[in-house]
Amino acid sequence: MGMKQSLHNLKEKYKGKKMAPAFNAFHTFLYTPNETTHSGSHVRAADDLKRTMNTVIMALVPVLLFGIFNAGYQHFHAIAEAQGTAQAFSWDLFLTWDNFWTGAIKVLPLLIVSYGVGLGVEFLFAVIKGHEVEEGYLVTGMLVPLIVPIDIPLWMLAVAVVFGVVIGKEVFGGTGMNILNPALTIRAFLFFAYPTWMTGDKVWVHGAVERAGTPDAISGETVLGYLAQNKDVGSIYSWMDYFIGNIPGSVGETSAMLILLGGLFLIFSKIGSWRIMLSGVLGTIAMGLIFNGVVDAGWITESSKFYGLMSFSWWQHLLVGGIAFGIVYMATDPVTAAQTNKGKWIYGFLIGFISIMIRVFNPAFPEGVFLAILLMNVFAPTIDHYVVQGNVKKRMKRLKNIAKAPEKKEVNVETV
Amino acid sequence: MSKDIRIKKGLDINLFGEAEKTTSKAVPSNVYALNLDDFHGIAPKMLLKQGESVKAGEPLFYNKENADMVFVSPVSGELVEIVRGARRRILTLKILADKEQEYVSHTALDLAKADADAIKAHLLQSGCWPFIRQRPYDIIANPEVAPKGIFVSGYASAPLAADLDYVLQGKENELQTAVNALAKLTFGKVHVSVGKGAQSPLAGLSGVEKHTVSGPHPSGLVGTLINRVDPVNKGEVVWTVTPQDLVMIGELLLTGKFNAERTIALAGSSVKAPKYYTTKIGAEVSTFLYAAGVYGENIRVINGDVLTGAKSTPDGYLGYYNNTVTVIPEGDDYDLFGWNRPIFDKVSTSRAFTFSWLNPKKKYKLDTNTNGEHRAFVVTGGYEEVFPLDIYPMQLLKSCMIKDLDEMEQLGLYEVAPEDFALTEFICVSKQPHQQIIRDGLDLLYKEIG
Repeated sequence: MGMKQSLHNLKEKYKGKKMAPAFNAFHTFLYTPNETTHSGSHVRAADDLKRTMNTVIMALVPVLLFGIFNAGYQHFHAIAEAQGTAQAFSWDLFLTWDNFWTGAIKVLPLLIVSYGVGLGVEFLFAVIKGHEVEEGYLVTGMLVPLIVPIDIPLWMLAVAVVFGVVIGKEVFGGTGMNILNPALTIRAFLFFAYPTWMTGDKVWVHGAVERAGTPDAISGETVLGYLAQNKDVGSIYSWMDYFIGNIPGSVGETSAMLILLGGLFLIFSKIGSWRIMLSGVLGTIAMGLIFNGVVDAGWITESSKFYGLMSFSWWQHLLVGGIAFGIVYMATDPVTAAQTNKGKWIYGFLIGFISIMIRVFNPAFPEGVFLAILLMNVFAPTIDHYVVQGNVKKRMKRLKNIAKAPEKKEVNVETV
Repeated sequence: MSKDIRIKKGLDINLFGEAEKTTSKAVPSNVYALNLDDFHGIAPKMLLKQGESVKAGEPLFYNKENADMVFVSPVSGELVEIVRGARRRILTLKILADKEQEYVSHTALDLAKADADAIKAHLLQSGCWPFIRQRPYDIIANPEVAPKGIFVSGYASAPLAADLDYVLQGKENELQTAVNALAKLTFGKVHVSVGKGAQSPLAGLSGVEKHTVSGPHPSGLVGTLINRVDPVNKGEVVWTVTPQDLVMIGELLLTGKFNAERTIALAGSSVKAPKYYTTKIGAEVSTFLYAAGVYGENIRVINGDVLTGAKSTPDGYLGYYNNTVTVIPEGDDYDLFGWNRPIFDKVSTSRAFTFSWLNPKKKYKLDTNTNGEHRAFVVTGGYEEVFPLDIYPMQLLKSCMIKDLDEMEQLGLYEVAPEDFALTEFICVSKQPHQQIIRDGLDLLYKEIG
């Protein structure tokens, strides 16, 4: 028990010192602490916040791995396409060391910068404010590299992470207190501060930006980008490509298949809210069906600039862009989502609904998911307020009905 | 007339060390003690000085707020020590028991003729009043305010709690006498719950409203019963009495004697031979603990069940209200990668690499480790799954934490006691002290409004 004892001695030594939170963060990473209960329930369930966060990270690992392969695959596929030697998708072509290596040297730095900078800020705040390092950033740090374009410059990412963690979370009091999802705050910062690196037809495939304007230029257009330009995307990709995820996009958002698996795992482990996920899907379908109906009714014709996205079939909306990733991993963040069960239904539904609305009506930046989730983050407390008021009203009503009774019953006391 | 109450939301925590249904007589204790923490919110005023002798059933102190409310000695002997804490607050009263017990004898009360005031006065002066508790605030009942109902839960659903059907055997007469008396103190009904399919001595009571409860814990908590039958509204009061305390009230009414004897369950995975003992309120735990035997030295002795009991020690004393003593291992050890390795030997309501869902009937040896550090509230939705009351638990806890009196009222703080939040505390991922938060909230509300 050498290490356990010496770490315990170190903990005692650091107790009450400024650096204690930093030491404890590493210590509790290795060992669940020796704390015992004092009052109330003397036994406690096995779950703690670290385990909860770790479970989400586990659900993200397949998506990250796929993202790494896909980054390499898209790069080589775009080059081959420019040279006219492109082959149809096959797993043999996808799961190669070349793809993995090319993707890894782009994605891992994103991951390292995200965690390094974000946890650095967290440690700094913990030491300054004298509280323990909380686990919120463990998931945020994993999400961030998955929702940015592959070629985003690392310094931009670092600046955005600092902004997101400080303004998005720490100023509100840290993990559990924030109003906006920190990962999406980071993405929103990038989106509005450096729009040229977050949108367009170049940034989604590694190498497309640096090759632009040269004879070696390659395309990096996303499915939604094509649709926004009313191009016939069906001739380029099939729905199976959307489902598997061998399409350009943010690092981790493309594979609906793995996101679905991750979502099912989160529901099974009871870490993610099935209410939010299901209602999010329903909201997406509802808006998609409305747009499809508008097209079918002939109100929108091919001359409209919205035609491409509006006529895109309702169920395929779920497979492209960030909607699946957003619903499964971002909308379910328990701190920023609605906290009541009824509220979660409303919250999730509106996220899906508004996401598709923004996607269709804002073809300049055809990705509305993160904006929809941030918007609903802001409204979540209001939704909860009205749900809870329902319970309060029931109580008030009961009070009113009963308020009359005691007078009559008071008499009973005396007659006894 | 019986009504069915089925609880779906809840959690049964199956633990090792259930008390075997045999009862032994515990060795008589040398010293008996009253722990003043058992009487929450009571400011004691001593009636006896250290060194004075006392009879069983003789008042030791009274409530400063209400001089009629006296607290009596469980045994006859000498008041050997008044243990005081900071600012001379009285913590414990210790009585060295006589070999021959002498009882204060109260005149028997003719229940058929007695009115509410006479019964009240009788219970107050005999020291039985503290057995009656009230909601709101979960404190000893205020005798001035008539309750709209009196609730008795005859079904112990908490982990390893004493089986009431077993310990109440043969006490039908005392129970009936007690409810007859209590029924005169309320303008409503006396509500009694029994477990579905159980052979409860309470099932045969007359003059009460009977309810049959089923489902996982907290189906047996009196708070669950109240919430389902007739929730407490602002300005209303209900009283609660435990069945084992009803027996003491009944015996006093029948014999005029305050008999502090009760049957308790000694349970828990650290007890070698868990079983039932007859002993008296305030007895030394060691008088039965070592007869049953314990595993290891690093143990937690709990006065009560694992979810709501008070921390005690092997040389502590049996609490005033409880009929269960639970002994489990202390968990003051580190756990390598305890936060991410798969967990098979602990209970969890999630399936986050925790596997208690595989076998819901499996029994566990839980220790007192918190299994993680204290955090702000993060995870939502889990509490509602184990909380059957028509209340938003997390929102109510948060209103208590920010001391928002209006919100505490509106969200239903009048209806609850800390014990109702034991399960949400058990499963809390952020390891928040739910019961303490509710206790502090109730105290604040009582101080400001009550």
